[in-house]
Amino acid sequence: MSFVQIVFLVTALSILIAAVRMVTTGSMVHAALWLVATLFGVAVLFVLLEAPFLAVVQVVIYIGAIAIMFIFAVMLTRREMLDKGPQLNTKKGIAAALGAVTFVGLALMLTTWEGFDSYARPMANVDTVARLGDALLSPDAYLLPFEVASVLLLAALVGSVYVSINKK
Amino acid sequence: MIPLSWYLLLSAALFSVGLFGVMARKNAVAILLGVELMLNAVNINLVAFWRYGTPLNLGGQVFAIIVFAVAAAEVAVGLGLVISVYRRRGTVIADDIDLMKW
Repeated sequence: MSFVQIVFLVTALSILIAAVRMVTTGSMVHAALWLVATLFGVAVLFVLLEAPFLAVVQVVIYIGAIAIMFIFAVMLTRREMLDKGPQLNTKKGIAAALGAVTFVGLALMLTTWEGFDSYARPMANVDTVARLGDALLSPDAYLLPFEVASVLLLAALVGSVYVSINKK
Repeated sequence: MIPLSWYLLLSAALFSVGLFGVMARKNAVAILLGVELMLNAVNINLVAFWRYGTPLNLGGQVFAIIVFAVAAAEVAVGLGLVISVYRRRGTVIADDIDLMKW
């Protein structure tokens, strides 16, 4: 078993353990911190997949902004009892069954695809980040989705401020 | 080397854990955490297919970046709504926000 495979297996195990701890823990602050652990593991996976720019974006945006927003929301919505006591509702049996069915169904469907066991071809020594910049900003590549995403972010910014503003 | 199947099975498992989190948690913020897990699973899938399929065409990574942007927008609006509901009703337990239930 090569070194890369061992790194992948350790990372995958830690991602799954952190994810399961996140959805079953009783305390919301712990759940937000287990999310941070999961996101770090996903960033390691992006490095393994030779997408280092995405790994850095994952850490800076997901952990540095989105997870912090979650911690803010947890701190702003605490009352006396919410951090203790059972955090799973009455439908947890059906939810667990549905999750298991989803995973088994996806796995079975993927094994019937003929490219399932393929290995990565060696990538040519190109500057991926420069080509990503070209793809995002060139008009016959993905410039339009890029601009639409920025309009979406503007709309989300204005909308979330308007929804949660305290009109006193 | 790592076969593609390992990445796909990991992202399927992460997606299923996120799905369980969305369906089985009482707290509205915890439901949004489950949605974030599902979006991360999708991102792993996208970047894995980019690397193993078309590493010279950066469309896979562009798709993953758009997913980052959409996830950030959705979390901002979702948490704004949850905080607004908390101010009005004093609770974030999803079962107690039932004014529009019949």
